[in-house]
Amino acid sequence: MNKSNTIQIETKTLNVTIHNNPVLKNIDIQIPAKQLTAIIGPSGCGKTTLLKSFNRLLEIQDGIKIQGEIVVDGINIMSSGLNVPDIRKKMGLISQKPYPLPMSIFENVAYGLRIHHDKNAKELAEAVQNCLQEVGLWNEVKDRMHDPASRLSVGQQQRLCLARAIAVQPEVILCDEPTSALDPIAAQQIEKLLLKLKKDFTVILVTHTLRQAKRVADHVIFLYFGKVIEQGPAAEFFNNPKNPETKAYLAGEIS
Amino acid sequence: MNRRNLEEKIFLGLMLASVFIVMGSLILIVTVIVLNGAPSLSIEILTQTSEGGFYLGAGGGFLNAIVGSLLLALPATGLAFLIGIAIALYLQKDFLKPGIANFIRICLDILWGVPSVVYGVFCLTIMIAIGMTGGSLLFGIIALTLLEIPIITRSIDESIKMVPSGLKESAYSLGSSKFETAAKVVRRQAMPGIIAGVLLGFGRGIGDAASILLTVGDSNYFPSSISDQTAALPTMILNLVSMPDQVVQNKAYAVAFVLLMIVLLISIITRYLTKKSSKYIIK
Repeated sequence: MNKSNTIQIETKTLNVTIHNNPVLKNIDIQIPAKQLTAIIGPSGCGKTTLLKSFNRLLEIQDGIKIQGEIVVDGINIMSSGLNVPDIRKKMGLISQKPYPLPMSIFENVAYGLRIHHDKNAKELAEAVQNCLQEVGLWNEVKDRMHDPASRLSVGQQQRLCLARAIAVQPEVILCDEPTSALDPIAAQQIEKLLLKLKKDFTVILVTHTLRQAKRVADHVIFLYFGKVIEQGPAAEFFNNPKNPETKAYLAGEIS
Repeated sequence: MNRRNLEEKIFLGLMLASVFIVMGSLILIVTVIVLNGAPSLSIEILTQTSEGGFYLGAGGGFLNAIVGSLLLALPATGLAFLIGIAIALYLQKDFLKPGIANFIRICLDILWGVPSVVYGVFCLTIMIAIGMTGGSLLFGIIALTLLEIPIITRSIDESIKMVPSGLKESAYSLGSSKFETAAKVVRRQAMPGIIAGVLLGFGRGIGDAASILLTVGDSNYFPSSISDQTAALPTMILNLVSMPDQVVQNKAYAVAFVLLMIVLLISIITRYLTKKSSKYIIK
């Protein structure tokens, strides 16, 4: 496990309101690089909102107000004049329900490569194959690369989305409950992949299943009603929680 | 329980009746057109242009009107599509605040409801203002374009609105710009709806008489330039039907038959394209 102390993402008094309802309140968190950070908490506590603020995906919704700083690689991504697509390119997103692009399996992975890099056909094909091998999908799809991506099973689609995300070489992979729509076997495949990918990427996993967080997390952030209750290394968080609310949540008394 | 059964039967009956009314009128319309038009339909009538006496029962055909109608409706649909897709994309919340977008949508819906003769009068006013003395293909195209823009725009707009936001988020999170998201991802997903919208506009455009009646004039020849007058199928039907001679009136049905066939052909092509473009759609 890479225990370097570099910080990938840091928020400073981050406040988010949706239609004037506060959703995130004074969030101060630090997310270590090249580790798997789990954001846990009950439904509706703001986990997804926090995740989507990291790549400025929140602002495509109506009625969102964001205050505070989100520092990625030493740059406050909330400051004006930045090129938003460049910020987003650094962070792949895996959502709850996989949304392949309306194109072939090959084109799904090639999409990001085409818009960001100038590659010739051969380089493109190689890169696509590498990404699909990385997520263990290559052998399943190599004979039907030009079939619509929508014909894959949901679990395969989720891995395709992962391949598509790593194709643009992000630094961070944001995962929004990526296994909640999947069957147990597909869910296990995704979990294993995330553990493998944290060698090269900073992985942030939003999950509402405590057991999943216990299995995979190196670092945990516990959100409750829009506030950060506790954060820290996973071992410490699960074995020796300091906050009474954390203890209650871990014991299953609040949910 | 009895009352509920009766309710169920009554509504089933009403639905069946509606289907019969619609299908029945359609079959009647087609039968009347085919029965009356078929005897007047011949290869000559389709391959020759009108002669001087065409409206008086003498020889000639109406190829010039077929060509005229296509020269009016195809460019108009193309223009209305280009303008319409740009407006429809701009109306999405990625670009425009929903409040302003909804106001524009209301305006477009009002324009959709404006009778086509108003578009004709509008273009005629401009033609008079700039000193034109006769009809022209150009102003016919403009009138039809204006007529089709609200139809095509709102249809495309509705089909783009149906694109799941998760799909757009996927595209954005890969670092796509707004334009790339719209042009490469949203467009593909909305393609069947876009094609249907264009067909709707074309069908309205090629069949409309009122807007071109005042703008294109009439002619026995193919238009040789954009400022020429031209014949068109809907206006020719009007002219033929208003003649006193039965033989001439029957020709109107032949023209209507050809118009029907053009619309049918376009519908078949559209269905094929829609099916083809649905292949990659994410459900």
